[in-house]
Amino acid sequence: MQAKTNILNLPTQEFVHPGTRACTGCGLSIAYRVGLKALGKDTILVVPPSCLTVLQGLFPVASTKLPCLNVTFASTAAAATGILATLKTKGNDHTTVAGWAGDGGTSDIGLQALSGAAERGDNFIYFCYDNEGYMNTGVQRSGTTPIGAVTANTPFKGKLQQKKDVPAIMAAHKLSYVAACSAAYPLDLYDKIKSCLHLPGTKYFHIHIPCPPGWGYDPRYGIKIGRLAVETGYYDLYEIVNGEFRLTAASEKLIEKRKLTPVREYFRAQSRFRILTDEQINEIQRQIDMKWDGYYKKGE
Amino acid sequence: MYMIENGNTAAALGVKLCRAGVIAAYPITPQTPLTEKLSEYVELGDMKAEYIPVESEHSALAVCIAASSAGARVFTATSANGLLYMHEQIQWASGARLPIVMCVVNRAVGAPWNVWNDQQDSISQRDTGWIQIYCCDHQQIIDTVIKAYWLAEKISIPIMVCYDGYILSHTYMPFDLPDQEKVDAFLPPFQPDYALNPDEPANLNTVTLPDVRIDTKGQLAHGYMEIRYLLQEELRTTLQIAADAEKRFAEIFGRGGNPYIEPYRCDDADYVAVGLGSITYQLRVCVDTLRKEGIKVGVMGVRYYRPFPDAVIAGALKGKKGIIVFEKALSYGYEGALASDLKSALYEHLAGTGSLPAVQNLIAGIGGREIHTDDLTQNLRAATQGRISREPAWIGLKI
Repeated sequence: MQAKTNILNLPTQEFVHPGTRACTGCGLSIAYRVGLKALGKDTILVVPPSCLTVLQGLFPVASTKLPCLNVTFASTAAAATGILATLKTKGNDHTTVAGWAGDGGTSDIGLQALSGAAERGDNFIYFCYDNEGYMNTGVQRSGTTPIGAVTANTPFKGKLQQKKDVPAIMAAHKLSYVAACSAAYPLDLYDKIKSCLHLPGTKYFHIHIPCPPGWGYDPRYGIKIGRLAVETGYYDLYEIVNGEFRLTAASEKLIEKRKLTPVREYFRAQSRFRILTDEQINEIQRQIDMKWDGYYKKGE
Repeated sequence: MYMIENGNTAAALGVKLCRAGVIAAYPITPQTPLTEKLSEYVELGDMKAEYIPVESEHSALAVCIAASSAGARVFTATSANGLLYMHEQIQWASGARLPIVMCVVNRAVGAPWNVWNDQQDSISQRDTGWIQIYCCDHQQIIDTVIKAYWLAEKISIPIMVCYDGYILSHTYMPFDLPDQEKVDAFLPPFQPDYALNPDEPANLNTVTLPDVRIDTKGQLAHGYMEIRYLLQEELRTTLQIAADAEKRFAEIFGRGGNPYIEPYRCDDADYVAVGLGSITYQLRVCVDTLRKEGIKVGVMGVRYYRPFPDAVIAGALKGKKGIIVFEKALSYGYEGALASDLKSALYEHLAGTGSLPAVQNLIAGIGGREIHTDDLTQNLRAATQGRISREPAWIGLKI
């Protein structure tokens, strides 16, 4: 792998104007800003209705400096296919096409179009920014909301079901590249985007996005909470290159450390998990430990 | 060059002659032979286009919307539930002002499942801001596809070219295949005002406010309402531009006529049958029969359903004793949508003139129920002798 990017050699060119309409402390504004730096100027974006629609601003003003097509909720990946098809007819093989959709727009309503495009092998990058709920419409549960999270439509019992593992679903499409990233580790995101630009077919990125209003924490703690998710082994940073899985960045380092921060700290930092009992947290801890035992064995 | 082929092939040949650059389609009967034919042209290299075999009709139109936004001439086709599944994208395409051409091979919608012909599918999309043109034979199918691209790109409004499933899509008829050079002369390459481009970034279809707003240069930009008003205004002026398209087409190809309506023996008629699509050609046989009996009837096919050529229709029907609207679709809970629209046009243009004809509504061929010419003749004769019923009368109903 190429030399890792650091804050000193990260390109200074910005593709997101300052002063977007994102909430204070929005994790997406970090991932989007750094993600566009990695994608570069020769890029066309596709965005379905989501927090990003709001972040980008209201007509006739836009906060993104790249061309962007806003499309219907379910059609991000199909629209990316359409742009690619036109570029092909024009003999353009250099422009990158990138879809940026939320977790609802990906794991729920957009999954069919995404699966279709991935199966066809259409050459674009799909980003799912996962703030674990329909945050733009007022914090309702989505397919990727984790078990135990209180949302506007799981108001008392919290979500009773597991988080849908979308990167695993996409990996099952035998893609050239699948990555799990976090807004709390933007340079890992940057390096991963750079490393896969040349790979064929559909590339899938899943980005964990701390969300102050949706998760219930003071906006200044977004990065801390994003990091806690990784340090507790609850959310892992990894990439799957042509079927080869490997942990990256802070998750990779956890293999050497062999010590995870108790997941209780992650849960107790957010009000959405307030209804989780100690027994439930212990059960989740047991599952995390089992998963990591597997990683440790694989690493030996 | 004259050839004998089916209606779906006529449509496919039209799309090929128009050099569509991106085609996206999902299979549904009776549309499938049309898009199979296009995939054949592309794989054989007879047509230089990207053919995208999408996983749903919703995505078929998503591909077309995006490809068109990026500057390609695009095509898709569907039928029945496929068209209904597209509904969100259909509205999006007209709101985004994209010159997409789509063939709708008319078929009944579920439930219950039925694969045969009626027109409930496209009639259900009446209010979406698309132009709808109905065809009566294979020559009209291929010619309309070619005219549709010219018109759509002139005004940036998408067009549905509608023709009856099986009755036209799967039957073989002779038609003239236009020369490629003539089509190229008629239809220049697609050059949109803006296409997605990193050198000239723009954010398309962003959230637009209820009121107007100043842009970064201090200019007043449209609100949502202004954008929608312009769609309505430009759809109405399309009626004039359609005449230009017809004239241009006639100059190059030597055929054409009234783009909005197709009257047959209407001039001296007391009663006129009105309909959309192939049924109006079948009704010509009924008209000939009744004329022999001394009943002065004619038939008028409506080719443009949206925008509705109200003035032309009212002008053609002025002073008639009765209009009998035959429809293969219903606005359930009331009557056929064409009958309602026609009454509205007659009222608007003829109320108070003393020449307002009575209108009757007959429903036929729902879900592919065989339409016997004798039944049509009998009903048309009965309608000239008095009102059959206040409610729409169903022809061939066995209940």
